Amino acid sequence: MSKVYVTRQGPMIAVHDLSLEMRHEHFVCLLGPSGCGKSTLLSMIAGFVTPTSGRILVDGRPVTRPGRDRGVVFQEYVLFPWRTARQNVELGPLLQRLPSAEQQQIAERYLALVGLAEHAHKYPRELSGGMKQRVAIARALANAPQVLLMDEPFGALDAQTREVMQEELLKIWLAERKTIVFVTHSISESLYLADDIVVMTARPGRIKEIVRVDLPRPRERGSPEFVAIARSVERLVKEEVLKAGLV
Amino acid sequence: MAARVEARGGAAPLDLAAIEAASARQERRRRWQRVSTRTLSLLALFGAWWAVAAANATYFKWFNPVLLPAPPAIGKEAWRLLVLGTLQWDVLASLARVAQGFVLAAILGVVAGTLVARVRTIENVVEPVLDVLRPIPPLAFLPLLVLYLGIGEASKIGFIAYSAFFPIFTTTREGIKYVDPLLVRAAESLGATQRDILRYVIIPAAMPSILTGLRLSFALSFFVIVAAEFIAAERGLGFLINDAREFFRVDRMLLGAAAIGLLGYGFNQLFGRLERALVPWKD
Ligand SMILES: Nc1ncnc2c1ncn2[C@@H]1O[C@H](COP(=O)(O)OP(=O)(O)OP(=O)(O)O)[C@@H](O)[C@H]1O
Ligand SMILES: [Mg+2]
Repeated sequence: MSKVYVTRQGPMIAVHDLSLEMRHEHFVCLLGPSGCGKSTLLSMIAGFVTPTSGRILVDGRPVTRPGRDRGVVFQEYVLFPWRTARQNVELGPLLQRLPSAEQQQIAERYLALVGLAEHAHKYPRELSGGMKQRVAIARALANAPQVLLMDEPFGALDAQTREVMQEELLKIWLAERKTIVFVTHSISESLYLADDIVVMTARPGRIKEIVRVDLPRPRERGSPEFVAIARSVERLVKEEVLKAGLV
Repeated sequence: MAARVEARGGAAPLDLAAIEAASARQERRRRWQRVSTRTLSLLALFGAWWAVAAANATYFKWFNPVLLPAPPAIGKEAWRLLVLGTLQWDVLASLARVAQGFVLAAILGVVAGTLVARVRTIENVVEPVLDVLRPIPPLAFLPLLVLYLGIGEASKIGFIAYSAFFPIFTTTREGIKYVDPLLVRAAESLGATQRDILRYVIIPAAMPSILTGLRLSFALSFFVIVAAEFIAAERGLGFLINDAREFFRVDRMLLGAAAIGLLGYGFNQLFGRLERALVPWKD
């Protein structure tokens, strides 16, 4: 599958000849240098942009448009500014026409999960960056998608909150068993979470290597196996970052 | 040269109640300042007018005193017309026309603005026409409207509706067209249909600009009603002014103008309140 963006400077190949199979109910992390096409790939899976050639299949069905089965957490915090934190999380259940008591109950549960129960009544402008992103995560989870597409969701969080969120996400994933595609720049984050780490090349983005992580969960971040895999992934990523820098 | 950045002090226990009270005090002071300064400004204008009128009438004789009566003369005239019962009717007649024309313009403007922003074909058909019409002062069409719709209410309401249409149309179109596409994507991924998106994303996102358009249009309605009532009317504030002109009653002309000013001010306040109620998420 490929994606070419036509820009004022002419056509630009963002992703070229990328084939990737994400296993059912597995946790996949995408790693790669900035600008290599990770968000583009996620947008195509979500159905926001169509591939220039090739196609995306989810459970064998081609993706033609966005849908409830594929939840998205955007790299930029995207919240509806006219809805409070709770109303943002309620939107998915509301669109499913669930009774309002149930909407509220779901929203409260997921806001509590991301540690924002106290801030439910606030508008997005009254929340910090990390809080906004947590609301966005709660909103995606509350809609119970089969596939969860997350674009650097924890990028704005402090290291401690980030680890807590990783643990929570893992718990949810273990309990609800979705397929998760998770973009990150943090190698240790990808190692803590993923079944498969997909390392992408510098632009035009392709698969460089897929690293299977077979360590049992919960993973010990300091353990020798963990550190060993982290090293090898780091080497792969660094090669590509250097290439990207030289272009 | 290196600058040293320091943060110090603040060790004393914080009396939150006192801080809150101080903040409320400051807020009250600011509001009081705002209201009092604004009131004073209006009073000063009033006073200057009165002073000039009085000085001219009694002593300086710069110009014919009939040209600038003092405020009490206007008050007296207002009272006389109220007792006669005509001032109320003039106000009501103008308001009724403005209301009907404005509501028509609001409906047409919001619908057309939405359609033009959302449907490419409609945009291509409608926009060039409006772009040609927009720069023509609506007043240029008033005689034509009177010819087509007669000298009755229809031509006046039509004229207001036509004039007030443009601001609503423009702000609605802009508001809807420039909704953050990421918000639309977020809603789509939550399972929103096209209708859901219109209802839960586009309309709330465009609401602030639509309200601005409504406010501008309402002001414009008052602007143009006077002109419409100059042409052919037996009632209305425009009629009051035009009629006064024929009898050289400057006090009555000023009364008409003052009435329009007060009504416009009142409605503007009302719109401000509406905006705060409908768009509480903006500060
Ligand atoms: N809408 C667009 N129009 C034109 N070019 C685009 C568009 N979106 C992305 N690109 C280009 O495609 C390439 C890949 O962008 P993308 O956002 O997918 O990168 P990324 O891997 O997510 O980077 P980062 O890690 O910095 O978020 C970049 O070179 C970018 O300039
Ligand atoms: Mg990105």
